[in-house]
Amino acid sequence: MTAVYEPCYDSWEETRGAEIIAEHAGQEGATLVILHALQEAFGYVPEAAIPMVAQALNLSRAEVHGVFTFYHDFRHKPAGRHVLKLCRAEACQAAGGDALAARAEAKLGVSLGNTTADDRVTLEPIYCLGLCATAPSAMLDGRLIGRLDEKRIDALVAEARR
Amino acid sequence: MNMKIFIPRDAAAVAVGADDIAVAFEQVAAKRGLPVEIIRTGSRGLCWLEPMIEVATPKGRAAFGPVGTEDVNSVLEAMASNGPHALRLGIADEIPWLKRQTRLTFARCGVIDPRSLDDYRAHGGYKGLERAVSLGPDAILNEVTASGLRGRGGAGFPTGIKWKTVAQAKADRKFIVCNADEGDSGTFADRMIMEGDPFLVIEGMTTSGITVGATKGYIYIRSEYPHAVEAMKAAISAARRGGYLGDKIGGSTYSFDMEVRVGAGAYVCGEETSLLESLEGRRGLVRAKPPLPAHHGLFGKPTVINNVLSFAAIPFILTEGAKAYADFGMGRSRGTMPIQLAGNIRQGGLFETAFGVTLGELVDDIGGGTFTGRPVRAVQVGGPLGAYFPRALFDTPFDYEAFAARDGLIGHGGIVVFDDSVDMRKQARFAMEFCAVESCGKCTPCRIGSTRGVETIEKIIRGERVTENLALVEDLCNTMKFGSLCALGGFTPYPVLSALKHFREDFAPAPTTLQAAE
Ligand SMILES: Cc1cc2nc3c(=O)[nH]c(=O)nc-3n(C[C@H](O)[C@H](O)[C@H](O)COP(=O)(O)O)c2cc1C
Ligand code: SF4
Ligand code: FES
Ligand code: FES
Repeated sequence: MTAVYEPCYDSWEETRGAEIIAEHAGQEGATLVILHALQEAFGYVPEAAIPMVAQALNLSRAEVHGVFTFYHDFRHKPAGRHVLKLCRAEACQAAGGDALAARAEAKLGVSLGNTTADDRVTLEPIYCLGLCATAPSAMLDGRLIGRLDEKRIDALVAEARR
Repeated sequence: MNMKIFIPRDAAAVAVGADDIAVAFEQVAAKRGLPVEIIRTGSRGLCWLEPMIEVATPKGRAAFGPVGTEDVNSVLEAMASNGPHALRLGIADEIPWLKRQTRLTFARCGVIDPRSLDDYRAHGGYKGLERAVSLGPDAILNEVTASGLRGRGGAGFPTGIKWKTVAQAKADRKFIVCNADEGDSGTFADRMIMEGDPFLVIEGMTTSGITVGATKGYIYIRSEYPHAVEAMKAAISAARRGGYLGDKIGGSTYSFDMEVRVGAGAYVCGEETSLLESLEGRRGLVRAKPPLPAHHGLFGKPTVINNVLSFAAIPFILTEGAKAYADFGMGRSRGTMPIQLAGNIRQGGLFETAFGVTLGELVDDIGGGTFTGRPVRAVQVGGPLGAYFPRALFDTPFDYEAFAARDGLIGHGGIVVFDDSVDMRKQARFAMEFCAVESCGKCTPCRIGSTRGVETIEKIIRGERVTENLALVEDLCNTMKFGSLCALGGFTPYPVLSALKHFREDFAPAPTTLQAAE
């Protein structure tokens, strides 16, 4: 019933990147804000953008690189066409999440943290979506799914593969 | 007259189909020519009944749940005719699970439209701020202090003292920061209140600004909470339009404005100094204290940093008075705690109640045991840094000191229930692994100790020199406890040592491999 949602990103262009950076550079402590905005536009943070951010914020390249690598969210390269995140934190473990994660790994033929060879699906762990009373939980391209069971995980995997 | 139907837009309800249900209600109603008005609310917190849909009746709002798309036709029929239905739960306010709570902070959550400033005001919103404005900073401080409110983010530090320190600091700028990083597994109260009653958080932060003389606030929300980010942003815009943020708020002489900042998936950024670093645009490295954030906080300026629930408790305290809040609770834990029941639990959700309720009541009675129907074996209280409690400790009352006395913590009030299929070696290993992955890297005991901890527990799991390795784990835990700068390294030993202590049988040396040679 739910339409398959296809995240769609621009490919990296320096002028577009510069625009995004300029749009946010005026805020105090803008580094994370800019990195988020870049990733939202391009699906990842292109390496070429790092020195541009540094220059705009009057920081060293190493500093910006350090920030970029510290946070789990920021991607070095584009993810697969769909991103399936499975919650691996305690409440979801207690609710049977371990077996479901293993099932998704087996179905997709990749372990958590990897992308299928055809670049269709990136499977990732996430640590708590705040849905711990309707666990186990997942997120497919930004859409939340609770009360996972074998049937639902199979449907999610199938949807992600399309 | 339009039939008023209330459907939650809370992420937990949406994750089990609430958006689809809302669409279905509109379609079915249109097809049948029934005039309906659909109002999207927060969640009442009875998560096992989500999506829980309500309809306005002369006797109050009647609830139905859990409603699937296939039920929409018949539920709408029952609503229109006030007839019976298998999913009918009675008048929402009378549902025992809700009725036995003391909802001071969550009174409006699930009731009002979180996008509507008018609805908020119609339900008592901004009364606290009005009184705060008439009282002035000193008298507000007295109220907050007298309420006995302690920080709900985990450490339980008295909020009044924190605010007073910032109020007394002299500086050209001061900041209010709301910690909405809520990284603990098993917790979702911050998320629920941001999605279900966001103006409450804004009102609490605004009151804090008036009290300490700060005109700018930030709410740092974890990126795993896109719905909460959206709800807070919408509420901030609405509050600004309504004159409740910006210059001369609510017609007073005070000014205060705030904005949302989004985290980037680092658990340690929930630690207050790491959060401030992150807000400043840096790596989330924990700062050594002193100096306290109250003196040198955001951008080096005096800063109040409190958890979402701490700010959210403030409007009630100012509206009803400190005593009305402090009358609830036990010992030095005053007021109510929004407790979150999670994991393998039959009736999971948000249960706000006065301090003093026992762990056993919460898990067995209120939570109804496990949804797998198997016996409860272990519960982790207080997130990934909290201890695992066995049934033998179920008489522990929910109170900061009582949990500490039993080598545990209540943290942010999350309770994760496990049945008897749990392998406590796995849980101990996970605690160490989580610490290793999330460590900010500043201190060796946390960074290296946790990695060694994972390796050592893996050896125990494989049955290698179990007794020696168990002693090594205990040693590592002690080093981490006493040699770590913050509670990530310092408290990871809680889940590990509690697993070892209360569930020792899981760690018993495996039968010697000689058997295999038979
Ligand atoms: C590793 C770590 C993670 C934390 N995560 C959070 C969090 O997600 N939310 C929170 O409010 N406090 C968290 N804290 C506690 C904060 O450091 C701080 O005590 C709290 O924000 C103070 O607010 P309060 O007095 O209102 O509780 C964390 C602490 C540590 C050590
Ligand atoms: S204990 Fe861990 S997370 Fe905390 S400051 Fe030290 S290294 Fe960083
Ligand atoms: S632990 Fe999985 S959603 Fe909270
Ligand atoms: S910084 Fe304190 S132990 Fe390393």
